[in-house]
Amino acid sequence: MRVMAQMAMVMNLDKCIGCHTCSVTCKQAWTNRTGTEYIWFNNVETRPGLGYPRTYEDQEKWKGGWELNKRGRLVLKGGGRFKKLLTIFSNPKLPSIGEYYEPWTYDYSTLTDAPAQEHTPVARPKSLISGKDMKIEWSANWDDDLGGSTATAHRDPMLKKISDKVKFEFEQTFMFYLPRICEHCLNPSCAASCPSGAIYKRAEDGIVLVDQDKCRGWRMCVSGCPYKKIYFNHKTGKAEKCTFCFPRIEVGLPTVCSETCVGRLRYIGLMLYDADKVLEAASTEDDHGLYEAQREVFLDPFDPDVMREAEKAGIARDWIEAAQRSPIYALINTYRVALPLHPEYRTMPMVWYIPPLSPVVDVVQETGEDAEDKGNLFAAIDALRIPIEYLAELFTAGDVGPVDAVLKKLAAMRCYMRDINMGRDPDGAIPAAVGMSEEDMYDMYRLLAIAKYDERYVIPPAHAEQAHSLEELATECSVSAYGGGQQDLFGEGSGAPTPIAVENFQMLQDRQTADTLASPTDKGARVNLLNWDGKGSPPGLFPPRKTDS
Amino acid sequence: MNEFLFVVVPYICLTTFVVGHLWRYRYDKFGWTTRSSQLYENRLLRIGSPLFHFGMLGVVGGHIIGLLVPQSWTDAVGISEHSYHVVAVTGGLLAGAAALVGMVILIYRRRTVGPVFSATTRMDKVMYAFLAVVIALGMWNTIAGSIMTVGGEYNYREGVSVWYRSFLAFQPDASLMATAPLGFQLHALFAFGLFALWPFTRLVHVFSAPVGYLTRPYIVYRTRDDQLGSHRPRRGWDRISQ
Repeated sequence: MRVMAQMAMVMNLDKCIGCHTCSVTCKQAWTNRTGTEYIWFNNVETRPGLGYPRTYEDQEKWKGGWELNKRGRLVLKGGGRFKKLLTIFSNPKLPSIGEYYEPWTYDYSTLTDAPAQEHTPVARPKSLISGKDMKIEWSANWDDDLGGSTATAHRDPMLKKISDKVKFEFEQTFMFYLPRICEHCLNPSCAASCPSGAIYKRAEDGIVLVDQDKCRGWRMCVSGCPYKKIYFNHKTGKAEKCTFCFPRIEVGLPTVCSETCVGRLRYIGLMLYDADKVLEAASTEDDHGLYEAQREVFLDPFDPDVMREAEKAGIARDWIEAAQRSPIYALINTYRVALPLHPEYRTMPMVWYIPPLSPVVDVVQETGEDAEDKGNLFAAIDALRIPIEYLAELFTAGDVGPVDAVLKKLAAMRCYMRDINMGRDPDGAIPAAVGMSEEDMYDMYRLLAIAKYDERYVIPPAHAEQAHSLEELATECSVSAYGGGQQDLFGEGSGAPTPIAVENFQMLQDRQTADTLASPTDKGARVNLLNWDGKGSPPGLFPPRKTDS
Repeated sequence: MNEFLFVVVPYICLTTFVVGHLWRYRYDKFGWTTRSSQLYENRLLRIGSPLFHFGMLGVVGGHIIGLLVPQSWTDAVGISEHSYHVVAVTGGLLAGAAALVGMVILIYRRRTVGPVFSATTRMDKVMYAFLAVVIALGMWNTIAGSIMTVGGEYNYREGVSVWYRSFLAFQPDASLMATAPLGFQLHALFAFGLFALWPFTRLVHVFSAPVGYLTRPYIVYRTRDDQLGSHRPRRGWDRISQ
């Protein structure tokens, strides 16, 4: 047994209202730079829909993730090491910018600069790639709320799999939202595809990161990731991905997407797992067995053996305790309502989902029947094959059984809690029908419905004994220890770049507001190079040209 | 003059090449990338880039053999001048043609595809000019010099190659280059110019050819840096090990 800790997330899809707040705040925090316009570490997809980038789930086309070869060994679907190196000069499976969308802005200045005229001036869209006028034809959530789905939804790779039974007609429409971030997989195929070895999994918390200094821009990770959650920054020529907001996680704060989630549908916590069993689980022959196999990899944090091994493996005591209180463990293993996204990619993803009951509830409600009645809901779950099979394609490689079980648990919880809320006697037969005790059902309800901040996010800070020297808490600053006083070979600011941290911004603010050296009064305006995006030369970059007199 | 052109200039370029790379690696690891433009355009790149790169691999291999293996060695193992010549010229022509055609496609792409052109830096343009001239001169030397023997026979293995080895051994003999045909002289000079530019262009990606990928484990694990935050670890203060 080799115990490792993994920071994981579960999203409760029933609560997602598709407001995109997570996407927007994430973008503001991480990808608001040139070169990252089209990069959404977090995006929210309307399903059925094409996803982002378009049809990314069609692995026969994109060849992401792992597969079993003829001898039953786990290999990269996109080809092994030699094939990767032979195709390195032109990646055959890289989505073009068109598969994402061409980012654009508007020439807003025409709105304010236009002279008085008969017609209202318009701001035309300008491509941020070519700088030319462009026609907007697609974007990150173009088919939001099924917009235009009659024209595009038939291309949804998951819908295609069940398409002989489904005609995507308006009367049969169901819909839900799927927020996606990097899965921080236990067996990440992006890392395995990286020729430079720049993508690594942090041994402490399993967060998968790209070393920006080691990345050489070969782009194999973009093809290797079946979730297409690694993006190529076309300005810097480097790969970028969701960081699980590691600077926040290190000090015990939830990710930006979770923190700002309006529906409070995200849960963050630790999972302990046996690293020795990952390969075996990922090599499970039957796609339908992968969900169970991955659950087998997780370790019970209450088991004394596991606790002992975890301590031996250098996992701190407070981390083990956090793993015991982990809402993720409860949702995945205790209540078994969370399912992995596309286990058939064999990457062992670690952002799991509670599938939505809403497509079922909506149908029952539309018929005018009682949508909180156990009989009605269970019958509807059994009858509504299309939404259920669609969910199964997403979460269990097409195996309807586990999705059925989860939805019935959610339905049972609805009915059971209604009795309590209406002041009636709770009916013990309802939890029993889905194999749960009344107490478990109530606890699950608490966790899903009313869990507070510190129950939804159980994040032990990185090594409490070092917390003092973590950047967010820097209270012992001496200037020379920071980039501010950094004096390398070529003077101030030279040498290796200092990592981004709060104090860098404080330093920046100091410089901007100081009235000495940093902004010399006799030398005119100085340009803040930290904010300069490298385009053109803003006024003040160079001293004014001396005129001959 | 010959001393200057074939001793001083090459050494200056070589020094720039070595020191430049050290400097770039030390100070600009973040900028050390292929700066791929595949995201913008793939149709032309799919043909041009493999042609050019595989061609260049052949060309570089040919140069290593031609410049570093003395004629006496191939004579000793019984390879006749003629058969060596045939193999070298055929291989050189094939690789050179692939590189040349690939480069033409890539330069055409770079100029005509808007997004690719606007992502082209001034340094890229200078580098492309040098690269194109060097490749064109190299092809000229192979075709005009070795096949059509314009300006008489010239065995570079007795001239240029010997000079190059003497140059690497720090005992340069400029006279060997001085008697070489103009095409070879220019080819060598422009190549050294390219070497001097090398560390300051995207060409640095050549040195990150990921051969280590063949042997490393698929999944890389790393523990968090010793340096937490942007503190530099203070001298005398070690991290508490768990």
